[in-house]
Amino acid sequence: MVTVKIWGSLKEAAGGRSELRVEAANIRQLLQRLGAEYPRLQPQLKRGVSVSVDGRIYRDAWFTELKEDSEIVLLPRLSGG
Amino acid sequence: MPLDHPQDLTIKDFKIVGQRPLRPDGIDKVTGRARFGADMNAPGMLVGRVLRSPHAHARIKSIDSAKAEALPGVKAVVTGADFGAVKDGLDDGMLDVLVNCMAQDKALYDGHAVAAVAAISQTVARQALKLIEVDYEVLPHVLDVDAAMQPDAPVLHEEAADESVPAGFSKNVVRRYEFGHGDVAKGFAEADRIVERRFKTEAAHQGYIEPHACLAAMGPDGQAELWVCTQGHYMVRNTCAALLGMDASQLRVTASEIGGGFGGKTTVFIEPLALALSRKAGRPVKMTMSREEVFRATGPTSSSSIDVKIGMTREGRITAASGELRYQGGAFPGSPVEFGAMSAFAAYDVENVKTVGWDVVANRPKQAAYRAPGAPMAAYAVESVIDELCKQFDLDPLSVRLKNAAVEGTTSSFGVTYGKIGLSATLEAARAHPHYSAALGPNQGRGLACGFWFNFGGETCVSLNVNADGTVGLSVGTPDIGGSRASMCQMAAEELGIAYDKVRTVVADTASLGYNDVTDGSRVTFASGLATIQAARDAIRKLCGRAARMWGIDEDAVIWEEGYAKPAGGNAGSFEPLSLAEIAAVSARTGGPIAGHTEVNADGAGQSFATHLVDSEVDPETGKVKILRYTVFQDAGKAIHPSYVEGQFQGGAVQGIGWALNEEYIYGEDGRLQNPGFLDYRVPVASDLPMIDTVIVEVPNPGHPYGVRGVGETSIVPPLAAIANSVSAAAAVRMTHLPMSPPRIRKAIEEAAGR
Repeated sequence: MVTVKIWGSLKEAAGGRSELRVEAANIRQLLQRLGAEYPRLQPQLKRGVSVSVDGRIYRDAWFTELKEDSEIVLLPRLSGG
Repeated sequence: MPLDHPQDLTIKDFKIVGQRPLRPDGIDKVTGRARFGADMNAPGMLVGRVLRSPHAHARIKSIDSAKAEALPGVKAVVTGADFGAVKDGLDDGMLDVLVNCMAQDKALYDGHAVAAVAAISQTVARQALKLIEVDYEVLPHVLDVDAAMQPDAPVLHEEAADESVPAGFSKNVVRRYEFGHGDVAKGFAEADRIVERRFKTEAAHQGYIEPHACLAAMGPDGQAELWVCTQGHYMVRNTCAALLGMDASQLRVTASEIGGGFGGKTTVFIEPLALALSRKAGRPVKMTMSREEVFRATGPTSSSSIDVKIGMTREGRITAASGELRYQGGAFPGSPVEFGAMSAFAAYDVENVKTVGWDVVANRPKQAAYRAPGAPMAAYAVESVIDELCKQFDLDPLSVRLKNAAVEGTTSSFGVTYGKIGLSATLEAARAHPHYSAALGPNQGRGLACGFWFNFGGETCVSLNVNADGTVGLSVGTPDIGGSRASMCQMAAEELGIAYDKVRTVVADTASLGYNDVTDGSRVTFASGLATIQAARDAIRKLCGRAARMWGIDEDAVIWEEGYAKPAGGNAGSFEPLSLAEIAAVSARTGGPIAGHTEVNADGAGQSFATHLVDSEVDPETGKVKILRYTVFQDAGKAIHPSYVEGQFQGGAVQGIGWALNEEYIYGEDGRLQNPGFLDYRVPVASDLPMIDTVIVEVPNPGHPYGVRGVGETSIVPPLAAIANSVSAAAAVRMTHLPMSPPRIRKAIEEAAGR
């Protein structure tokens, strides 16, 4: 079980909570579980997200391992110039 | 074999990294030999040109191109209808790219493409454009972000808003983002003083010197080649293939040299049109944008309207901060307001913080990225309010920033807890610099501001080939927009233990390497550099393997040191070390070519921070601003080629000076852009500028073997704010609207004086 922080405007789609607990061992499972347990998050998940794990931000890294005590933060998908 | 170095920043004393060797593209660029987008030609080549909407908002009732097609010398005409077959299969983002490249049912901004022709000459192509009859129904338009949010504003799209927008808003409001933590009401209650202000910034263009250009050639078998000036030729390939209904494998894209991009060349504009024209005409088609087209129809940054509120104790501690950011991103969803909202307070350790971002559409060209997209405007608003609070409390602005600076372990305003970061180091460097204590004269002011950018890595693939003569060819897939070929040569040479000039780096075409993300996000020195190091280590493993076979010992018993394969110790046997060149010379007989290869999804780019210090003088009679001194302090993690790093710092500062003082999209009442040229859109030139001084701070990024952090974007985050703080001090009035052009400054001075 890991805890993921979501950004403020997603809270409503997640029952008003800013931290969600899901069963996930890696980022792929995290995104799958979030979509399954909180269907109203699916549009944003489909548009794309980044995931920060212990301060390191991943855009596409399904198999990054998540630990029980990892700080996991969902972020809009990063891009740059 | 003990060659799998951990990502350990103490691996070596650098011999080549950190030096300033000659740039490999220098001679070509100063002699004119370098080939840019418009420098490629092909037998039988046609000229492509685009017909653009003269209206800011209009329904396209019909397009009749019969007369143009009948004109001798015209070989093809394409309109929105030519892309109809693929539209249904595109996702929303890709559909927007298509509609931006070629209008479908509506023209959404002045300059929006409505048709394109391919003809035997520029003259014929221009004549043909005049013969295309477009029947428009002109619609009301809206340009300003606040006006576009009004309930009665003209609506661009009926269904562009996503689920994040609450009911009751204008249909032009298409996204809402919220970030933060803590309890801002509680935090504001703890403040000794609160300042709340509204700021506006106008749209600025990246102002790259080279206009967009490409040469497309598609054969009757559907195989196509595209030569193009871009920051990402793999992106161009995938996008164009989708928009033309092609297999990606059938389109080979080669990136030309690039005369600036700054984020503006991270999407496509004319490339799909050139391919569509070539497909229809059966001949190569070259397209080159005019400067006017670049301004009217490519992607400037968003204009913005921002409210910021900050509470502070009299000792200078920020107790709460909030911001509401409204960015118009042109005629399509996708302004970078989420990055503005995430980055606004990212430089500070604030217990109670909240930002809300609104993405708004308006009848302007679709915005494109511009170095740290969305962050400079947010930093301008936040740093201006911090500056004002410092003045009200009579506190040193640098000390206040240090007191509140984010450090390792700070939970950022966007939720991520920072690892090692260098903001405080940049502030300390600024304090120690003579600029901070230089004397100021009358009508002069000093401004200080900090800035943050995320940086990222992304998909990256490189190949490193060891040639039989002991030289090395390195193929990367990221166009070189800031000196990356030199940096890659340095990192490869450092790993291999050979001279810098023994390595040549080329930007390979899309058929030669796996997918590479666009050159953006300040990612190339980090990500392609990381991949280069790994490819070099892969090649070293193979070099050691060849040496082991020649010596008849186990591969694990060979180490690589300073360019030589050596026995790992006494037990491995006694052999004369073999150099890379010696091993390469016999590679044909020891197993064939030696190469290293990497494909990686590079992560761990490491956040980047900067502090800018600027002195300016305001002429109270004319409102003209002169920049007197400018110093950039930025954390580069590790500067691979310090001259290029300094160049990035200086370039960001200069572009920021233009954005802060002069650059602005000016529209008439009719919604048409009035200043689409460098005479009327005023970018800074050398005579406008002092020498931009730079200080490279190095707080190594643990996510890179050498500690590299990207440097290309952060340098444009603080300038708007630093210059605004300087000018506000010099003019003795808070400047809340960018650019601070002479008329705006005069008006502000007069209003402050009650005139």
